[in-house]
Amino acid sequence: MSKNVKKQEAGNQGHGTRKPSAQIIIGLGTCGIAAGAWDVWTAFEKELKKRKVKAELKQTGCIGLCYREVLVDVVTPRGKIAYGNVTPAMVSRIVSSHLIADKPIEDWIVLGDGYETSDTDFLARQYRIVLRNCGQIDPEVIEEYLATGGYKALEKVLREVPPEEVISIIKQSGLRGRGGAGFPTGRKWEFTRRAQGDKKYIVCNADEGDPGAFMDRSVLEGDPHSVLEGMLIAGYAIGADEGYIYVRAEYPLAVKRLRIAISQAREKGFLGKSVMDTPFSFDIKIKEGAGAFVCGEETALIASIEGRRGMPRLRPPYPATSGLWGKPTCINNVETLANVAWIVSNGAAEFAAIGTEKSKGTKIFAVTGKVKNSGLVEVPMGTALREVIFGICGGIKDDGEFKAVQIGGPSGGCLPAELLDITIDYESLTATGAIMGSGGMVVADQSTCMVDLARFFLDFTQNESCGKCVPCRLGTKRMLEMLTRITRGRTRDDDLELLETLARDVKVASLCGLGQTAPNPVLTTLKYFGHEYDVHIKERRCRAGVCTELVTYAIKDNLCKGCGVCVKHCPVDAISGARKEVHHIDESKCVKCGLCMEHCPFDAINKV
Amino acid sequence: MGCICGARGRENPHLSRLGEILDKHRNDAGFLIPVLQEAQDAYGYLSEDVLEAISTEMSVPLSQIYGVTTFYSQFRLHPHGREIIKVCHGTACYVSGAEGITKGIAEELGIKVGETTKDRLFTLESVACLGCCSLAPVMMINKETYGRLTSDIARGVIKKYE
Repeated sequence: MSKNVKKQEAGNQGHGTRKPSAQIIIGLGTCGIAAGAWDVWTAFEKELKKRKVKAELKQTGCIGLCYREVLVDVVTPRGKIAYGNVTPAMVSRIVSSHLIADKPIEDWIVLGDGYETSDTDFLARQYRIVLRNCGQIDPEVIEEYLATGGYKALEKVLREVPPEEVISIIKQSGLRGRGGAGFPTGRKWEFTRRAQGDKKYIVCNADEGDPGAFMDRSVLEGDPHSVLEGMLIAGYAIGADEGYIYVRAEYPLAVKRLRIAISQAREKGFLGKSVMDTPFSFDIKIKEGAGAFVCGEETALIASIEGRRGMPRLRPPYPATSGLWGKPTCINNVETLANVAWIVSNGAAEFAAIGTEKSKGTKIFAVTGKVKNSGLVEVPMGTALREVIFGICGGIKDDGEFKAVQIGGPSGGCLPAELLDITIDYESLTATGAIMGSGGMVVADQSTCMVDLARFFLDFTQNESCGKCVPCRLGTKRMLEMLTRITRGRTRDDDLELLETLARDVKVASLCGLGQTAPNPVLTTLKYFGHEYDVHIKERRCRAGVCTELVTYAIKDNLCKGCGVCVKHCPVDAISGARKEVHHIDESKCVKCGLCMEHCPFDAINKV
Repeated sequence: MGCICGARGRENPHLSRLGEILDKHRNDAGFLIPVLQEAQDAYGYLSEDVLEAISTEMSVPLSQIYGVTTFYSQFRLHPHGREIIKVCHGTACYVSGAEGITKGIAEELGIKVGETTKDRLFTLESVACLGCCSLAPVMMINKETYGRLTSDIARGVIKKYE
């Protein structure tokens, strides 16, 4: 990122007091930037200068309405109004109509007090604890975090609450790890506090590797101080004076914002020696990952921080007794830590009042795939799957039909429409064969082949298997081979049976979480979408039209105009036909490259 | 630092930048991965002489360094193109047609995934997940991310870098 955002000038008094002039706030998270937020920023800069309009141009993180990026908030005395899908071409009108003439452009509004839009529900039906500041504050200005009550929880515990009591608050709140396994956070802290050792560490696991999950990235980019505050409180509670954040190198913006946040916290005296003039000292270092999915597993992550190959080891001893450099270490996920300050400020009882009996609080889901409104959804534990996908995210894109939702990434499972009414909590999801995981939800419609999706995940886990234990290293490889054979119509007689047996064996016998959960996508698709496997094996067909070797391309007689475009694009001369007459594809020659279908101007070619 | 000899026992001016990196991390516990990351940033890839110099200077067996560099997908042992194209193959991108995008780019550049064009302009890679799932399919060129791609848009973006 070559551009730098001009900082809001921080006043000495009155943190975050709004200046009277107008503000234009642009969402500059990774998705906003990818959608062209910098071009919009430049356009605003030029337009404001040209029209001599006094307005402050500011940035914020991701609010989670990813399907509306680029998002621009305009703050005037009449209130805050958000415009969505903003392009540089729209900027001039926003400035002239909204800022100069004080007439908001209603057609473009996605959110605003007094405006009812199709997007109102997306946020209104959520319950935001972790995402409370994302898209609301400038993540690179610590004063804005302070203005929301930031670092008050830290101050409170440092001055008033003994470490043991902090642990009991977290235990009472019922907070469980948000990284996947759902271990009670308070107990983890307690184990580490009680462990023998002169030196202890707290590690923030920001190695968000699940494809389809990006909530940790959004929190780190949009509200990094909430994670630092959570780490500080955890450090104080367990008796650590040093913390590490292990963050994916694929998240350069998150790394940049963390570095800014850490240096600001140091300047304010929240990090370093004698935090807030108390005897508590604590500092945080960033370690960038180097691209290995298995490093999300805690013992592998420790090995990686120590500079070794990120390979997991047997537990016990658990990191709480012997972790980083052999010292007691507590490892918590980003989302878990971002809950901590809220719990301390609002009380354990208020947190415990949200959610179900065993799963308290909220959970963020990254809902993507074939869904109308994709983005970040934070809801109380125990919300029905249907409410998330249809209520909040608006159902299936292009009015398609829901086929499956893949929850929990490569360790999770694919759930069918019949299970849409289950509630989302650790226990209910585990009972289906999926897992909560980190909270990725990829929605699939009729154009997704479930066998191919299972193969896709196995391809991923097989690639990422570290190779230390045989069941995972060889088991995932053999499973992938079987799945590949099925998607290519070359199934052997006993493949399906063997696949299921092997999947169960790998689950039981693998060393770490990667191998123990890698078979989940296979087992859940076998359980809920077994008929798709049957069609692939017995009929050698892929109804979704995904498995290339099982589909044939055909020209629809009624739509073909005989224009000859397909003939030109076919690399193997498989298409013939006289000009202005219906063409035909010779199946024996066709290599199924799909170029004809891609280029047909009349959509006359389809896969069957 | 005065001398960074490498294993061959002679001055190598090419390695002076590495000397600075090593000095910075000399007292850090767990220095190896940050050193390799910064060395790769400085040189573009990790050449044999760079790895040998790290081994000698930091007293880490070369075999161990090789083990680490080959374990993590971030490290490159061969030179790459000026622009690195990473096409996301995360779940959301996959179901939205990442394969087609990759195929389109590969055809446009005349290389396969993992290869570099002859003019050393582009390297094409397929990566796990860039975390921009709602803009799927997505690709990253160097540190810029591009979303809502079609084969044609992707080809157009690449043209900008030529």
